[in-house]
Amino acid sequence: MSRVRADEEEYWHSSKFRAFTFDDEDDELSQLKESKRAVNSLRDIVDDDDDDLERVSWSGEPVGSISWSIKETASGSTSSLDGRDSSLQKGSSSYAALPKQASSYSLSSLFKGRNKLSSFQSLSDALTDTGVKNYAPELRRPKAEYKDYSSDWSPKDTVRRMQRGKVCSLERFRSLQDKLVLLDEAVAGHDGNVITAVMLSYSTHLKINSLPIEILFRELEVRQVALCHLIHFLRETGEQKFLLDLLRFLDRTEEVALSQYREHLNIQDVEKRREFLKGCIGLPFSAEDASHIQDHYTLLERQIIIEANDRHLEMAGQSELFRKYPRKASILNMPLVTTLFYSCFYHYTEAEGMFSSPTNLKKTFKIPDKQFVLTALAARAKLRAWGDVDALLTTKNWLGYTKKKAPIGFHRVVEILQRNSAPVQVLQEYVRLVDDVETRLNLATKYKCHDVVIETYRDLKDRIQLTAYKGKVERGSAEEEKINSILSNMVRNAYS
Amino acid sequence: QAIVWDEYLTGPFGLIAQYSLLKEHEVEKMFTLKPGRLPPADVKNIIFFVRPKLELMDIITDNVLREDRGRSPQRDFHILFVPRRSLLCEQWLKEQGVLGSFIHREQYSLDLIPFDGDLLSMESESAFKECYLESDQTSLYHAAKGLMTLQALYGTIPQIFGKGDCARHVANMMIRMKREFPGSQNSIFPVFDTLLLLDRNVDLLTPLATQLTYEGLIDEIYGIQNTYVKLPPEKFAPKKQGESGKDLPTEPKKLQLNSAEELYAEIRDKNFNAVGSVLSKKAKIISAAFEERHHAKTVGEIKQFVSQLPHMQAARSSLANHTSIAELIKDITTSEDFFDNLTVEQEFMSGIDTDKVNNYIEDCIAQKHPLIKILRLVCLQSVCNSGLKQKVLDHYKREILQTYGYEHILTLNNLEKAGLLKPQTGGRNNYPTIRKTLRLWMDDVNEQNPNDISYVYSGYAPLSVRLAQLLARPGWRSIEEVLKMLPGPHFEERQQLPTGLQKKRQHGENRVTLVFFLGGVTYAEIAALRFLSQMEDGGTEYIIATTKLINGTTWIKSLMEKLEPAPF
Repeated sequence: MSRVRADEEEYWHSSKFRAFTFDDEDDELSQLKESKRAVNSLRDIVDDDDDDLERVSWSGEPVGSISWSIKETASGSTSSLDGRDSSLQKGSSSYAALPKQASSYSLSSLFKGRNKLSSFQSLSDALTDTGVKNYAPELRRPKAEYKDYSSDWSPKDTVRRMQRGKVCSLERFRSLQDKLVLLDEAVAGHDGNVITAVMLSYSTHLKINSLPIEILFRELEVRQVALCHLIHFLRETGEQKFLLDLLRFLDRTEEVALSQYREHLNIQDVEKRREFLKGCIGLPFSAEDASHIQDHYTLLERQIIIEANDRHLEMAGQSELFRKYPRKASILNMPLVTTLFYSCFYHYTEAEGMFSSPTNLKKTFKIPDKQFVLTALAARAKLRAWGDVDALLTTKNWLGYTKKKAPIGFHRVVEILQRNSAPVQVLQEYVRLVDDVETRLNLATKYKCHDVVIETYRDLKDRIQLTAYKGKVERGSAEEEKINSILSNMVRNAYS
Repeated sequence: QAIVWDEYLTGPFGLIAQYSLLKEHEVEKMFTLKPGRLPPADVKNIIFFVRPKLELMDIITDNVLREDRGRSPQRDFHILFVPRRSLLCEQWLKEQGVLGSFIHREQYSLDLIPFDGDLLSMESESAFKECYLESDQTSLYHAAKGLMTLQALYGTIPQIFGKGDCARHVANMMIRMKREFPGSQNSIFPVFDTLLLLDRNVDLLTPLATQLTYEGLIDEIYGIQNTYVKLPPEKFAPKKQGESGKDLPTEPKKLQLNSAEELYAEIRDKNFNAVGSVLSKKAKIISAAFEERHHAKTVGEIKQFVSQLPHMQAARSSLANHTSIAELIKDITTSEDFFDNLTVEQEFMSGIDTDKVNNYIEDCIAQKHPLIKILRLVCLQSVCNSGLKQKVLDHYKREILQTYGYEHILTLNNLEKAGLLKPQTGGRNNYPTIRKTLRLWMDDVNEQNPNDISYVYSGYAPLSVRLAQLLARPGWRSIEEVLKMLPGPHFEERQQLPTGLQKKRQHGENRVTLVFFLGGVTYAEIAALRFLSQMEDGGTEYIIATTKLINGTTWIKSLMEKLEPAPF
């Protein structure tokens, strides 16, 4: 949107790059419409037994699918289920009967001509076959037989058994050395599940024998994969202290800092959260991040002050602004730009010394001009404070001359004002200031700023366009008169 | 018995088993897993079907603890982990004091789920995050396991190619597994000639761009989950005109999308700009077919017409659905913002102005567009510039944090760790070389009758698929230099086959390559591979497997730090 439209056109036409254009837009749309029409007209022919066709409930679940039946069985009683059963069978079978398209590259087609015994029709058959059927008998095995207390497994076998989901006793590997061998074996197997399990057994071992946990840390330092799994595990289980100890030992300071900072998300109470963030400021973040964290703390601190103040104001009912525009939500924990908007909305005229004043926020957080103007503009336009808008865009030079300036470009100003339904007189003033002629004309035409359109054509000495524009203004209006007088002037100038 | 489902699993399971099958196995009731007391059910056994996630264990614990001990008959609990039993979770249950309540703890090794005739997915949403942020390679272990299962069913794959660290790991694991189970040597004639393992981080660019195929756009705009899509109901008005108006559906319309539907199979992989004409052509054909009934004079002719009716009705309802979907999508693709966004994407991908702050991105931040959209664009710029200049990166970061909240510093850090957003190191930008050598940007793209894979992004040819294409012909040796610029090793392994199983290729017979995307694949990439399969002189057919079907939005989301939702 920021890009000047004309440039864009020019760019796409002249350059070799293709955009995703719909050149034949009308044509395509009409094609769609046409097919829709055709489809609709067919409805009356074949409507009666439609329901036989679609075995899909409105929510789209094919009747008989798992998620469909969860809903069904959860609500229905057994007896109603029986009644439904027959239709269900019918439904699912006819659903499955939809022809599977035999494309030239489908898995199932790869097996054409192979005998049925040795291969599966499709992969899904294979999966259900091996899965479900093997599973059923296993259920019936007694517990005692299932658990495996045999203790002769080598580290390799143990890991392999664990990978297959069997229970193995790790107690057998008593010494730390044994456990390390087991750990290395687990790492080689790449199964995170097993790696973590072995590691936990290791750390429990240390705890039981009251050995320092640093022993584990040191061993992990040379086993990066295992280390990553432990870190992941600690993060998942929320063992913050253990995690921080570990990261500190490894000298991964930035990670320590971020991990600690992450904790603030779990603190609901604002005061406590503020305190916590204060504690984060000294942490070893990267230089860039450190300044953001500092800002985060400062922002929350401000918000707490503003919130207390404004809630009081609102309750007292003294302020007309708060009465007229009650706050939608508290400002606590909102982003900076939202806070700036809020402050431009409710506290625009405050002196810079006040924490809630926009200028104070701008200074404290070094908000760039562009961002500031954009936000202030939106807030003031929302309040329809056109005077403020004017002041915001006016600058005085050292001689005392005033000049209109918009760091965001006047086309953006127009857009924002228009969105807040500014009157044409206000809009016109800024449309006139748009630098690029093409954009100016576009905006002026779009928002019916007749004067600007007329003046622009006059400056361009474009008689044809000007004459054409006469059709767009009201008959007998001041604008029409203006066009007429310009046109006759142009003629006179041409002859003189 | 009753099953309590982890809701996430019902989608994938729905693809392989119908309720009727479970009923045959005496499943009486099914519930969704949620905290609180389990609903009453007159069953002896309660089986939990869950992913091994700690937060789910907490819910189960809650279920079990609230179970009324006094009831009779007492119910027995079982737990079934998908895809893998987790000692961690069991440890967790033990700490909560409920592990003893479970009579059986088992696993259901569901590695690769069939999504379509040529598509398999593990549906492991966090695989990329785990591999690149947490260095947790468990998902790779599962991928290797899945590949072993596949080989057990379809024969040993003689050739393995790969690019990227994760690809190397998976290949190593496969070789190791094969060594450890010598009995696994099977006597099945191999279906696949080649396995190509590709790391997502070799091509971070492709998922960030907006997909422009029909299926890709459906996914970008509405999100396809387990082949189902939920659409706004307005365009799917009730069928009988008389009834409409009264109760317009408010629930989203859910549709299944796969190649079983003839029309969808035809248009899913087309560039969206080519879909309209197909739909209108189909409409004419169907209209004509229905007109036939006027010409049917004899009983025999009428009988024949009637016998064709079901097929024609199916075609008509399918056409109605896709016309509606196409209309919905068109509303979006013709919007100014879609156009502006695409313009910027294409500028970046073709290498224009990637080294300075982009106006459009700044504007989007100022107008508080969704954060994910911003992150997609900024990451795209970073990738297309081999990292951003420090000054540019700092500027974006500052704007994002000030507008969306400082806590997003955690997300930005994650993106940096994953290599999606980074400062340029060494001041060298490799992307132009990669782009030119691999011909990633094509100026003369033909959306209607494509002659190159670049049609799926209207100009950009997905890097990952280009690698697959070049591997088939003329081979990777021709692009050694570029391969070295992309992260991770590239390699080739061979698995010996017994002489009897070695393929004697008939002349003109296609090779079959299984492409496994580690860390996710987009629908547009799949479309590009299908396009290559169908090329007349291509000589290679592709089957696709992945850890997860992704698009830029779901992918970035998986990398974002979970933050509490804002109050408004």
